[in-house]
Amino acid sequence: MSTASTQAVETASEPQARTKHLTQRARDERRLGWLLAGPAFVLMLAVTVYPILQALFDSLFSYRLTAPDDRAFVGLGNYGVILTDGVFWRGLGVTLLITVVTVAVELVLGFALAMVMNSAIRGLKGLLRTAILIPYGTITVVSAFAWFYMFDINSGYVNHWFGWLPGIGANFDWFGSTWPALFVIMASEIWKTTPFISLLLLSGLAQVPSDYTEAAKVDGATWGERLTKVILPNMRAAIMVAVLFRALDAFRIFDNIFIMTNGAYGTEALSLLAYRTSIGRLELGLGSAVSVILFICVAIIAAVAIKGFKVDLAGQGRAK
Amino acid sequence: MPSDVSHKRRRRGAVGLALALVAPLALAGCANQQNGPPTLMWYINPDDGGQAELAQRCTAASGGKYSIETSVLPRDAASQREQLARRLAAGDASMDIMSLDPPYVPELANPGFLAPVPEALQKAALSDDVVEGAKRGAQWDGKVVAVPFWANTQLLWYRKSVAQKAGLDMNQPVTWSQLLDAVRETDTYIGVQGIRGESMTVWVNAMIESGGDHIVRNPMAPADQIDLGLDSDAGKAAATIVGTIGRDGLGGPGITTQDENVTMQNWQGDHGSFMVNWPFVYAATQSAVEQGSLDRSVLDDMGWAQYPRMSADRPSAPPLGGIMLGVGSHSRHPDLAFDAITCITKPENQAYYFVSNGNPPSSIKAFDDAAVREKYPMAPVIRTALENAAPRPQTPYYNEVSTAIQQGYTPLTVVTDQTPAQVAEFIRRVLRGEALQ
Repeated sequence: MSTASTQAVETASEPQARTKHLTQRARDERRLGWLLAGPAFVLMLAVTVYPILQALFDSLFSYRLTAPDDRAFVGLGNYGVILTDGVFWRGLGVTLLITVVTVAVELVLGFALAMVMNSAIRGLKGLLRTAILIPYGTITVVSAFAWFYMFDINSGYVNHWFGWLPGIGANFDWFGSTWPALFVIMASEIWKTTPFISLLLLSGLAQVPSDYTEAAKVDGATWGERLTKVILPNMRAAIMVAVLFRALDAFRIFDNIFIMTNGAYGTEALSLLAYRTSIGRLELGLGSAVSVILFICVAIIAAVAIKGFKVDLAGQGRAK
Repeated sequence: MPSDVSHKRRRRGAVGLALALVAPLALAGCANQQNGPPTLMWYINPDDGGQAELAQRCTAASGGKYSIETSVLPRDAASQREQLARRLAAGDASMDIMSLDPPYVPELANPGFLAPVPEALQKAALSDDVVEGAKRGAQWDGKVVAVPFWANTQLLWYRKSVAQKAGLDMNQPVTWSQLLDAVRETDTYIGVQGIRGESMTVWVNAMIESGGDHIVRNPMAPADQIDLGLDSDAGKAAATIVGTIGRDGLGGPGITTQDENVTMQNWQGDHGSFMVNWPFVYAATQSAVEQGSLDRSVLDDMGWAQYPRMSADRPSAPPLGGIMLGVGSHSRHPDLAFDAITCITKPENQAYYFVSNGNPPSSIKAFDDAAVREKYPMAPVIRTALENAAPRPQTPYYNEVSTAIQQGYTPLTVVTDQTPAQVAEFIRRVLRGEALQ
């Protein structure tokens, strides 16, 4: 690359040769680009596109890993079974519920944390940011076990500490029924990923020009008005990025549920259903179909995300 | 730049990339082709180091013919099955010896994933020295497909003081309904496994077998012609016991998440009375006392008896567990692997394994070992239980059957006399490919 740049600089004074050399340079750079990104691109194709196509193909068969000879083409039959089964719709409902609740709560908490980090005094900022980021640095499986043991009826201390709350006592089994179990699963998810959202929001908050807020203050706007009329509208792009990234992530929730309830008592999310069907039951055809449906759901969220970005970035461009 | 130079460079780049991707695989391949005796890979379930020790002993005993290396499988049986099935289906040639949980043997034997057992070992597996339950668990389609290594079963463990208070004569066989009356009377909890897991199928199967029926009556039948005994008289009686324990709170507040370990811990507590559990509870209680985390009086108060009956006039059929040893059909050294299995399953090695790791032998001779008698005073009771033990449904579709039972019979409170019919219908729909599970 350095050779190409030097050549370009040396010949910059010759207009005729310039286009030729620039073309040469552009060609070199393109080649360099391919050399740098090519291996990663090929690897990405190998580990994403190939399995996706294989799953699409497998989903059209009735295919059990331990009965390879009985493999039979069933067309869209697997999809028919899944889409008419209550287990799937229940899983989809649980997944959507977890996505909506966790993202909403994380957004509010994350925003509060971002405000704290943004307005903390200089000396305290580093320490505060590190402290807030610690949960995000914890491996999900480890955090899932920690939350499980905290609430477990036999080893947990939550029942002892919060025994004074109505409905909670030494004999309360958090993982014995749907709602308490989902509560713990969501709480653990929120604890772990709020720092991520707060980081994204902090970057948005830092981009709001202080002139705007100060001008609003001079004009007599209250704190609430400054927040809703100046700060939030100016960090729309950051909020959008945070919500959509987290929604994509939350929709694929697996670890927390797998560790805490393994999907028992109505806590099964779609990714767990796909796992149990493909890996547990070894029904590769049916399991692939569940995975394909999960993939389509994620693709829809991603499409909305990309569309959301464009609208917003264009809006920002106009504002400038 | 001349195009042929760039072309060459590009090609060199591509070759370099391909080499970089392939090299680790090629090197990994070389690792298996070292000089010296062939290495047999033994995939073991996690234990207290007993299988690794046996691998060393049998390597030494082979006189340089082979060396056995162990590789640990995941912790729970279901995950072990997942890993073994995937590797076997992919034709993994390193599957020389595998420690298999008995209910999964048919699923692996049916598609021919297991190498045929040599005649001498087949005969040995069916000889009078092998406990009856292990004999049944080692067979599929009328043939021995795996070699019994150790055999597990459950006993009824009880607190002598509670039994006395309830007026139960534990020298006589007891029934489930007697036990339920006793825990009601003494205001204690009965120790059963109420968690949604394999232990639920173990319990339900033992009660149905004790009642004289089977969960799957025709295990050899194709998936769509399966005949289920869940909705029989024996099945309904089992469901009644499960539901009663759940609704009347006889299992304690944490019953929905109670596995074998937690059952034992709760049994050691203030509300402990009777529990059905594997023999590991004895060694675990002993070591808890030695470590000072449990009062000695609990161990002194510990009694054991045969698994509870469903009706007074019919002996119980306790659960069968343990480990069978199988050889992968793609193994490079099946003869040596079976040679090693012959060594591993020798009665003296089984006795060592029982004494050191607490896992009962499948060989009757091993029960007569002096060290066994000394360490496990209940060994004769375990041996009798193993003679009567009944395996879980031996069908290639065991996973579906077991999962449906786990889903239908938990939480215990929802189990009514309608449950068996509903679960049976659900299993039929799943096996016909009409429902997700």
